Amino acid sequence: MIDEEPLVTIRNLRFSRGERAIFDGIDLDIPRGKVTAIMGPSGTGKTTLLKLIGGQLRPASGTIHVDGERVDRLGTRDLYRLRMRMGMLFQSGALLTDIPVFENVAYPIREHTGLPESLIRKLVLLKLEAVGLRGARDLMPHELSGGMARRVALARAMALDPMMIMYDEPFTGQDPISMGVLVKLIRALNDASRLTSIVVSHDVREAAQIADYIYIISNGKVIEHGAPDAMLNSASEWTVQFMHGLADGPVPFHYPAPGLAQDLMGGI
Amino acid sequence: MEYEANAVREFAVLEQLARLGRIGIGSLEQLGRGHLLLLQVLAGVSELLTRPRLLLNQLFSVGVLSVLIVAISGTFVGMVLGLQGYYILSQFGAEQTLGVMVAASLVRELGPVVTALLFAGRAGSALTAEIGLMKATEQLSGLEMMAVNPVKRILTPRFFAGFIAMPLLAAMFSALGVIGGYFVGVGLLGVDDGAFWSQMQSKIDLYDDVLNGVIKSLVFGFVCSWIALFQGYGAVPTSEGVSRATTRTVVHSSFAVLGLDFILTALMFGE
Repeated sequence: MIDEEPLVTIRNLRFSRGERAIFDGIDLDIPRGKVTAIMGPSGTGKTTLLKLIGGQLRPASGTIHVDGERVDRLGTRDLYRLRMRMGMLFQSGALLTDIPVFENVAYPIREHTGLPESLIRKLVLLKLEAVGLRGARDLMPHELSGGMARRVALARAMALDPMMIMYDEPFTGQDPISMGVLVKLIRALNDASRLTSIVVSHDVREAAQIADYIYIISNGKVIEHGAPDAMLNSASEWTVQFMHGLADGPVPFHYPAPGLAQDLMGGI
Repeated sequence: MEYEANAVREFAVLEQLARLGRIGIGSLEQLGRGHLLLLQVLAGVSELLTRPRLLLNQLFSVGVLSVLIVAISGTFVGMVLGLQGYYILSQFGAEQTLGVMVAASLVRELGPVVTALLFAGRAGSALTAEIGLMKATEQLSGLEMMAVNPVKRILTPRFFAGFIAMPLLAAMFSALGVIGGYFVGVGLLGVDDGAFWSQMQSKIDLYDDVLNGVIKSLVFGFVCSWIALFQGYGAVPTSEGVSRATTRTVVHSSFAVLGLDFILTALMFGE
């Protein structure tokens, strides 16, 4: 196997919100053509990481390279040019609510290409067919279920045939059938379109099922990374607790507090 | 003991000063952010030339949808002016000048000011809520990630729609107000028809009255749209944040309109 240069390379990334350090010097590589899962408990800045890769946020220090371009130093014009080759699936779908499904998927194509209407129609129908929603083209976003909205958003993210797609918590709040559909779609689209996928999630089972590689982050650091099997069989106490969903471990069940007896008696 | 009390007092004073400073810095930051956003919005004007449909759509939702409230309000304000004006003017036997009074009040003051207040309540609040919700539902982030600049695509058309719609709405308010005043004064209270119109024609000046009124409503359109967009774009992306931003739009716009009206009136009509 030829060891290709990773599509995304992050080195010594530091980012804070106010006083709170979200990332404290993390290093990360996203290999080309693979599905990489970034996992960790809620509030660890997984979505923030996607926004940093997409250039929506700038790091305090460190470097982020996407396909050889340093995202954190790009000017607006170059950043927008690079974003045309990135797709992002937001947790809420982020569909434009005042236009129907068809127009939502057509939106990026109309914006960035001068293609004739007949060709746009064909492209949009093909993208919708890929996510199984060709029949829903005339529905408005508020008429879609959560899972359908995400699939439309996925069709829109793929509209310009990007080199990579970033998925922000794609499985959250989905029923088992929608979840299964999304898992299948992410894997199938990645392999069929030779994409690179980054899946941010805390749904261990689903993420481990589709990912080729997993990064676990917590408290601003990369805790561990490796293939899904290695992660599931990890010796690290922290990784064991996270991957197997144990209530107590290095991440304590109890939020720091004084002793129970002392607390109960304190009110008297 | 006394030393300690003094120290506590000094500390309290310092704390108050620091709070004042924080409020000052916060206000200046807001002002700076507002101006930066305005520059970005204005820089997007080229987008409107290549995609005029964006502006037309917004002119409909900002302008056309405000027509009803402006038309009804204008008519009633004109009718009230007709009544009040008649009662006062008739005490001096000057009821024949009712047309001048109604038209001057509307064109100079009530047209631009009341339209702007109605606009802030109807269209400004809707703009803030729409943009705030687009932010909360990640639609603006979604546009950015599709390599589409949300300021140019979403904010600029709305800003210019407000700027263009305001003087047109104010003109409609004044015109319907005059008709309302005519209906009450001439139709109900018996003021002479010819005197009503001829006095108005001879005393209302195109530049001093009408043009100054138009300038006022252009300024109000600029400020109200700017405030509405800035509040929406800067809203905390939660339901409470959007609700607060919408309230701030109405309050800030109303203060701005009334304050600016005083300044503009002093500049335009002061000796």
